[in-house]
Amino acid sequence: MSEIKNIFDISGRAMAAQLVRLNTVASNLANAGTISSNKEEAFRALKPVFQTRYADELKRSGISTVDVLTVAEVTRAPEKAFMPHHPSADADGFVYRAAVDENEEMVEMVEASRQYQNNVEVISTIRALMMRTINMGK
Amino acid sequence: MNKIGSYLNFHAQALELRSRRNEILASNIANAATPNFKARDLDFDAEINRHVGIGPLQTTNEQHFPTAIAATGDRLLFREPVNSSLDGNTVELSVEQMEFSENVTRYQTTLTFLNNRISGLMSAIRGE
Repeated sequence: MSEIKNIFDISGRAMAAQLVRLNTVASNLANAGTISSNKEEAFRALKPVFQTRYADELKRSGISTVDVLTVAEVTRAPEKAFMPHHPSADADGFVYRAAVDENEEMVEMVEASRQYQNNVEVISTIRALMMRTINMGK
Repeated sequence: MNKIGSYLNFHAQALELRSRRNEILASNIANAATPNFKARDLDFDAEINRHVGIGPLQTTNEQHFPTAIAATGDRLLFREPVNSSLDGNTVELSVEQMEFSENVTRYQTTLTFLNNRISGLMSAIRGE
């Protein structure tokens, strides 16, 4: 991983992490309501795991940004439903719905996009400040 | 330190410290969704006193070098959350945004002071 030197690294990498989060939300929502004929193959929602990355990893203090450590599946079990006429139904007439909570995903989407916007705001503010600083004394 | 340098020193130090604080606040905003992240900040008043209060070494003999001592490192504090969250993260976006915008405004103020001092010096040099 590259070094964290300035505010563009900090906010840029945080935006990348939030984008991964938005991608998982999109993937989860796309797969919500999909039906599978057995428990193992049923879709489980994906969640990114965030971790703080410090510029100084030894002291673990000072400026830091965020990295996506891994994308994990939720441990929630897929919902079992009795639908004997469904083509995917198993021998006993049961199907398994994807373990995705749409409400949770929508909340996550709003939160992620809000935090993404915050980072954009930080970068544009700092850029304007830098431009003014360059023109100092003129 | 030379006269022009010391004339600009305070605001230069303040500008650097404001810029450092911007980076710390940006780190907080970047980590708004990281579990167990503790928001950090620096006490500007205490830090500026520490940075400006330390100057070149006092000498009693003209053969001694007045070595400049710089204050090193920032003393970062932890932010006390208004509403603590369940995942151990103490970043509150409203608080951080407010602190950030305040810091940016104060940075611009310091920049204006510096600009005024520089243009004052320039007109004194030109003698117009």
